[in-house]
Amino acid sequence: MNLSNYLVLASVLFSIGAMAVLLRRNAIIVFMGVELMLNAANLAFVTFARMHGDLSGQVMAFFVMVVAAAEVVIGLAIILAIFRTRQSASVDDVNLLKS
Amino acid sequence: MTALHLASPGLAAAAGTLAETGRTSAGEALLFWCLAPIMVLAALGLVFARRAVYAAMSVVVVMVSLAILYVAQEAPFLGVVQVIVYTGAVMMLFLFVLMLVGVDASDSLVETIKGQRWIGWLFGLGLAGVLVGVVLTASGIAPQGLDAANADTNPVGLARIIFGDYVFALEVVGVLLITAAVGALVFTHRERLTRKVGQKERADARVAAGTSLVPLPAPGVYARSNAMDVPALDAQGRPIDASVSRVLRVRGQERSVDEVAADNGAGDAARYLDAPDTGPGTTGGVGSTPPQRSITGEETVQ
Repeated sequence: MNLSNYLVLASVLFSIGAMAVLLRRNAIIVFMGVELMLNAANLAFVTFARMHGDLSGQVMAFFVMVVAAAEVVIGLAIILAIFRTRQSASVDDVNLLKS
Repeated sequence: MTALHLASPGLAAAAGTLAETGRTSAGEALLFWCLAPIMVLAALGLVFARRAVYAAMSVVVVMVSLAILYVAQEAPFLGVVQVIVYTGAVMMLFLFVLMLVGVDASDSLVETIKGQRWIGWLFGLGLAGVLVGVVLTASGIAPQGLDAANADTNPVGLARIIFGDYVFALEVVGVLLITAAVGALVFTHRERLTRKVGQKERADARVAAGTSLVPLPAPGVYARSNAMDVPALDAQGRPIDASVSRVLRVRGQERSVDEVAADNGAGDAARYLDAPDTGPGTTGGVGSTPPQRSITGEETVQ
């Protein structure tokens, strides 16, 4: 099996994550789509590290994971704060700036 | 750590062939072709699942499978971190928030932007096509394998790079994590808009309202019936309605003392309840009231 199969899998997962972001209205599911995209990028990083025989790719994936953890904490806190004031987790309901 | 160390030799052997032939071992190919369809199907669950909890569980499947693939790809440290950070912390956080927001919060299917669904599908499929095309051009690279880099086990090799070349980035990431934790606290903090109601305020309010200051009496407990639906008797032998739970009274499930007495076969309760006290030794006792008798000294000893 060629290593590029991993890259194709990562591309497919990334696209599905992007589709979840575009198609779903629930803010939490949209957020999970972002997480899926980050994970797909990590898989590509790990595969490239193996292709080039260099661990820097794995280090990059590690940093992506840490930043993703911080991002999840803040994002979910924002979703909760919005849910408390608006009683909704749908991204369509946050339209206060619309005239 | 020992598990990681033990996992390395087998993978290193596979990588040796990888550097020579440019192809992975048959076992890894089998693992990949088993996991890849599962991962894609689970990821599609994120797009199609009606309930947010199902979507979260399918993402968990994707992340656990990714951890397995990391271990297979000579990155055992990242595989373990993936399980701990993503499935252990991030997805559990997602599930907690789902529970707080309400698992019934289903998606609305109303399109606020016209044709957004089709544009989204088109964009997603187009992105997949472009990415796969770009990625396949990278297949010309001869894979090196991580044999040399993982010589001192994978975590040691990673640590040399993280704490060598990227030590400043690591410190910045530490600051970022603390900022995120403080930010989450600030976001979820709620200012108290009204004064806190303590024990003293509650007691004052109750006295001011002029209602009953003491707890309501407990329901009746009788020799043959200790159910919640029978009222207690007051000092005069009259049933106290307030002693039965309000819910039971509203539903009409309250039983009167008469019914209990009839069950007991103890005679006419109403006669006892309504009639004035006729003196000792005449009644058999109703409800919680013991039978009255006078002691004459001639009773048989039981």
